[in-house]
Amino acid sequence: MSGIELQDMDDIVLETRDLTKHYGGVHALEGANFILHKGEHVAIMGDNGAGKSTFVRQITGVEQRTRGDIIFDGKSVHFSGPLAAREAGIEAVFQNLALADHLDVPDNLFLGREKTMWNWLGPFRRLDYKGMRDDTIAALEKTGVKIPNIRNTIQNMSGGQRQCVAIARTASFHSKLTIMDEPTAALGVQETAQVETIVRTLKDAGEPLILISHNMRQVMDLVDRIIVFRRGRIVANLNRHETDGQDVVAYITGAKTQPEYEMEGAA
Amino acid sequence: MSDSAHGIGGLKYDPKKKARPQELNVFIALAIIVVAFEGLGRILYGDSFLFNTRDNVDAIFNWARLNIIILQVSIVGIIALGVTQVIISGGIDLSSGSIVGATAMIVMSFAQTELVNGNPNPKAIFGPWAMDLPVIVPIVVGLCCGLAAGLINGALVAYTRIPPFIATLGMMVSARGLSKWWSNGNPISFPTESYAALGRGMWPVVYFIGLAILFHLILRFTVYGKHTYAIGSNEDAARMSGINVARQKVLIYAIAGMLAAIAAIVLSSKNLTAQAGMGVMYELDAIAMTVIGGVSLAGGRGSIIGTVLGALIFGVIISGFTFLKLDAYYQEMVKGAIIVGAVVLDQWRQSRSSMRS
Ligand SMILES: Nc1ncnc2c1ncn2[C@@H]1O[C@H](COP(=O)(O)OP(=O)(O)O)[C@@H](O)[C@H]1O
Ligand SMILES: [Mg+2]
Repeated sequence: MSGIELQDMDDIVLETRDLTKHYGGVHALEGANFILHKGEHVAIMGDNGAGKSTFVRQITGVEQRTRGDIIFDGKSVHFSGPLAAREAGIEAVFQNLALADHLDVPDNLFLGREKTMWNWLGPFRRLDYKGMRDDTIAALEKTGVKIPNIRNTIQNMSGGQRQCVAIARTASFHSKLTIMDEPTAALGVQETAQVETIVRTLKDAGEPLILISHNMRQVMDLVDRIIVFRRGRIVANLNRHETDGQDVVAYITGAKTQPEYEMEGAA
Repeated sequence: MSDSAHGIGGLKYDPKKKARPQELNVFIALAIIVVAFEGLGRILYGDSFLFNTRDNVDAIFNWARLNIIILQVSIVGIIALGVTQVIISGGIDLSSGSIVGATAMIVMSFAQTELVNGNPNPKAIFGPWAMDLPVIVPIVVGLCCGLAAGLINGALVAYTRIPPFIATLGMMVSARGLSKWWSNGNPISFPTESYAALGRGMWPVVYFIGLAILFHLILRFTVYGKHTYAIGSNEDAARMSGINVARQKVLIYAIAGMLAAIAAIVLSSKNLTAQAGMGVMYELDAIAMTVIGGVSLAGGRGSIIGTVLGALIFGVIISGFTFLKLDAYYQEMVKGAIIVGAVVLDQWRQSRSSMRS
């Protein structure tokens, strides 16, 4: 750790210590130590299969870790599932868009946390369609996403529109941490620009973000810090202003490893 | 492919991509089939399928035939309401016919009357304690049977890796075995008057329509309904969104089991007897109604309205074949062809919609 930065413990939103995930013999994630500060936007880069998505799945409770600690919002957490993580304030856009094709935009935005009435009816409580519609329109306006007809099912939308729905979903709920796993990988130039606009909106609002991306220009444009994963391990923690594209690529490909990570890497 | 332009804050939407509601297509199919039978009837026999041709009856439509059509499909239609929910959630239920059989046997044992024409009930299963019970007893027993079978189905599907096809196939065989074992293959007869009244006349139709409306509202307007579609549409997305997929599946199969049990009660009451072979093949008829009604076997798509229309198509076809004096064997064969046709149509729709996106 460089002692130059002010590192107040209260300042930390998320910390992982020795976070590890094995799938049988596959060591997908090994001993990840990671810190995210309030309001900070951090990119995670690395080759396909480096363990980036695995890292996200452990934090968001989609999977249960093999080993290690996750400290979120000052507390050690063990999320039983994505809902628990979300209730704690972690919103995630997963790589394989978690959208239901046959449902419309408000349905997808509120999937799993519907606004309801008549709650005494338990699972048969009534959906507040109007409330969800109004909130959807407000959320899309806030994020600058425009979809002409939100009553249409997602399946008839373009990849960009679907992505925007997924991102609007995370951005429209007051979360303490947003995680996006390759949000623009399948998008065109203009759609990508739109997603980046949403990311900047989050930055201005002071909401912290973890962004997984292969897009060097995007990463350099958007984030404060870059973490590089290689073969399941963190190999670099780079301040955006102290690095450049070539440098990052050197870490991604394995040409370089930061000294403080070298020992672990050899273990 | 991607000829549509998207600008910041200006995502384009092509209204032509909005599909016509599936139910409308099914309704059109129903109308075409009715017209076809009408035409064939007039050409071959000079008789009308739909309209009243008797001078001594004062009515525009042939109500006798229409009533029979809807009465015929009502009991299987009740099952199909549950099967619809199972299939929308991406599953399948092959056990409903056997649940009907087993439930009918058990229920009837609690619905018997002590004296038949002054003599002791010759088909009595239990002792005097189980005779002439209030009608609520067999109803509750029946619902519990359906619930139990449905819970087992649901638990197998939700908490093991057994595919729904296999899990419900197991229930299909076991429940049929139970219904044969229950009374050593003997029919169970002579229900109480109040039990016999349950399925008399057009009551089955009333139950079918009432339950159809209820479950239409539930699927359309409740969290249960939304999650059923969500799971069938994208189970991973549903799970990642925090939906308790396993619990929801158990609930869906439990409801399907209870609907099969209701069908068993209505059927045994209507027939005044229960036999081990009751409900054989009903599961396939129910699946057929559902698929004909536009419910996609891939999950996520379909509706109760579609299934009700599918049930009507089913009834019209069977009644139409009788009307055209075609052999029962042809009916079976054509029924099979219709099921396959509906599935092919469903797959064609799917490949077309996945090409679009
Ligand atoms: N469910 C799983 N079972 C077994 N291996 C997995 C599973 N998920 C991921 N892996 C493996 O873990 C490694 C890291 O994968 P992932 O985190 O998806 O990489 P990234 O997102 O960086 O491309 C890969 O080698 C991948 O094959
Ligand atoms: Mg990944």
